Amino acid sequence: MAYEPILTRNVGKPEVLTVAGYRAAGGYAALAKAVGMEPGEVTEEVKTSGLRGRGGAGFPAGLKWGFIPRTDKPKYLVCNADESEPGTFKDRVLMENDPHQLIEGCAICCYAVGANTCYIYIRGEYVEPADILERAIRDAYEAGVLGDNMLGSGFKLDMRIHRGAGAYICGEETGMLESLEGRRGQPRVKPPFPAVVGAFGCPTVINNVETLCNVPHIIERGGDWFRAIGTDERNTGPKLYCVSGHVARPGVYEFPIGATLDDVLGSAGGMLEGRQLKAFIPGGASAPILAAEHRGVPMDFDSMAGVGSMLGSAAVIVMDDTTCLVRSVSRLAKFFQHESCGQCTPCREGTNWAAMVLARLEAGQGTTADRELILRMTNNMSGTALCPLADAAVGPLRSLASSFPDEIEAHLGGDGCPYPVRRYFSGEAG
Amino acid sequence: MAEPGMAQSATALPEEVRAAIDALRPGYPTTEALLLPALHLAQEHWDGWLPDEAILAVAEELELPPARVYGVVTFYDLYHQRPVGRHRIRVCSNLSCALRGAGEILETLRRELGVDEDEVTPDGRCSYVHFECLGACEQAPMMMVDGEYHGPLTPDSARRIVEELD
Ligand SMILES: Cc1cc2nc3c(=O)[nH]c(=O)nc-3n(C[C@H](O)[C@H](O)[C@H](O)COP(=O)(O)O)c2cc1C
Ligand code: SF4
Ligand code: FES
Repeated sequence: MAYEPILTRNVGKPEVLTVAGYRAAGGYAALAKAVGMEPGEVTEEVKTSGLRGRGGAGFPAGLKWGFIPRTDKPKYLVCNADESEPGTFKDRVLMENDPHQLIEGCAICCYAVGANTCYIYIRGEYVEPADILERAIRDAYEAGVLGDNMLGSGFKLDMRIHRGAGAYICGEETGMLESLEGRRGQPRVKPPFPAVVGAFGCPTVINNVETLCNVPHIIERGGDWFRAIGTDERNTGPKLYCVSGHVARPGVYEFPIGATLDDVLGSAGGMLEGRQLKAFIPGGASAPILAAEHRGVPMDFDSMAGVGSMLGSAAVIVMDDTTCLVRSVSRLAKFFQHESCGQCTPCREGTNWAAMVLARLEAGQGTTADRELILRMTNNMSGTALCPLADAAVGPLRSLASSFPDEIEAHLGGDGCPYPVRRYFSGEAG
Repeated sequence: MAEPGMAQSATALPEEVRAAIDALRPGYPTTEALLLPALHLAQEHWDGWLPDEAILAVAEELELPPARVYGVVTFYDLYHQRPVGRHRIRVCSNLSCALRGAGEILETLRRELGVDEDEVTPDGRCSYVHFECLGACEQAPMMMVDGEYHGPLTPDSARRIVEELD
């Protein structure tokens, strides 16, 4: 049987941008159901579903909600709409096409954990999505979905959009809290975890946009229904794959979690005409690069870890046989160099060095020792810094040096890059 | 004499910016949390960048030491401390766009506008920079003009878009 999209079912239907239209399509029924349940029951249902975070780390959502202490302190939900992992654009598609699905997911989460305030932290570049969301929030207030008496339940919920200002590190949850509070987005030391000391010193849930968009469906159709979708008990539910690079029809494609590269290529119209697959990145800039031979491996959390990469944000970047991997990794190294917040020495210095060594290789000035040097650098950066950005920066570097040594070798002849696609990259990127 | 570290500017925020900030106050439990929204509002008022007087005025309004505000301004890519063009162009140059020709788009803009990145055309019309992934890789190669996304681009379509800016 063909798979019926769940999260993207309303994409391309502008009528759902209003509360009335969204309701006509079955929306806000889950929220009505949720407020008739005990908050703890809602969290239990999400636990049953096996839903794992879609922002990158794959932490079980229900478990996270369960960490929120039952105190009288104010509690917060911060929805992570920072979406800055290179290759990722699913949250934008969700917010632009079905803003009420997100508002409903946020509202259910807030009810479950007793949070009366929700901030949606959206990257500053998303001007249009923020406008669409803003209008939808206003409409939801007028319809009594948000405000002092959510759907007549007596529960009070305030929802606001908070715009970022251009910094990848603000996608990291504690960097995001710092930024929300009006500071530089420099990650905090954990513990304490945000569930205990989060926004403004209060218990806080932080979840990704796609994670929260799953929630209404779980409440409406049950955790067991959700759990039956996907690879296995640890990898459940629908998943959005962001497909970009050398494919015929780049875009967001929804599958049960665990689609293979061949599955998503099938939806994306295959490779560009006449081109062969060389390698792909399954989970955004932070995920180690996989060779074409892995095209049949399920792209879920555990299977991707099993082949030495990660599902991350499911940003699938497809590279054909004309692609220079040294140049590609060099571009990603410049990205991490630019985005390191600079607090930790191994990250600040390591990302600088990595960008320099890769640029040197790219220019034909590398040496036979560089492969070893890259591996040594990645060892020094792994697990030695405060937040996962340093480990993320290691992903592409280490996979280049360990899985694609020939690519490095090919740049040692003195003439630099042997590939014909130089002009595609910016000479000044970084 | 003013205390060291305190704002010494005579410039206050324009009334409409102050009103917009005040409207946001009930949404946050601290004044400091208004800093990013306030800087966005001030930057809009000051033609897309933040001269010292804007930064000092925001510091004064939110009762923050200017050094704190400078620290934030310099941390984030969307705040500018130098004049920008009437239209601001950000060309995505990250991997998905690079694989589809972002380099050519940047070169086209450089040729078309006759200035380097981060410079303003002599008529004040445009400035452009390369940027990290803008979250629209399905439109690669793409760029952002003011608040709007454009893609997939060709050198020709990029040239046309820039020509049509007033
Ligand atoms: C450097 C860095 C950048 C991140 N960027 C994002 C992001 O843009 N969006 C996101 O949802 N999560 C991002 N994360 C993950 C968040 O820290 C956090 O795990 C996530 O928002 C939790 O939500 P989830 O459990 O629903 O996935 C990032 C993490 C790191 C270390
Ligand atoms: S690992 Fe890097 S980005 Fe993370 S806190 Fe340290 S310096 Fe900042
Ligand atoms: S790489 Fe250009 S929009 Fe993502």
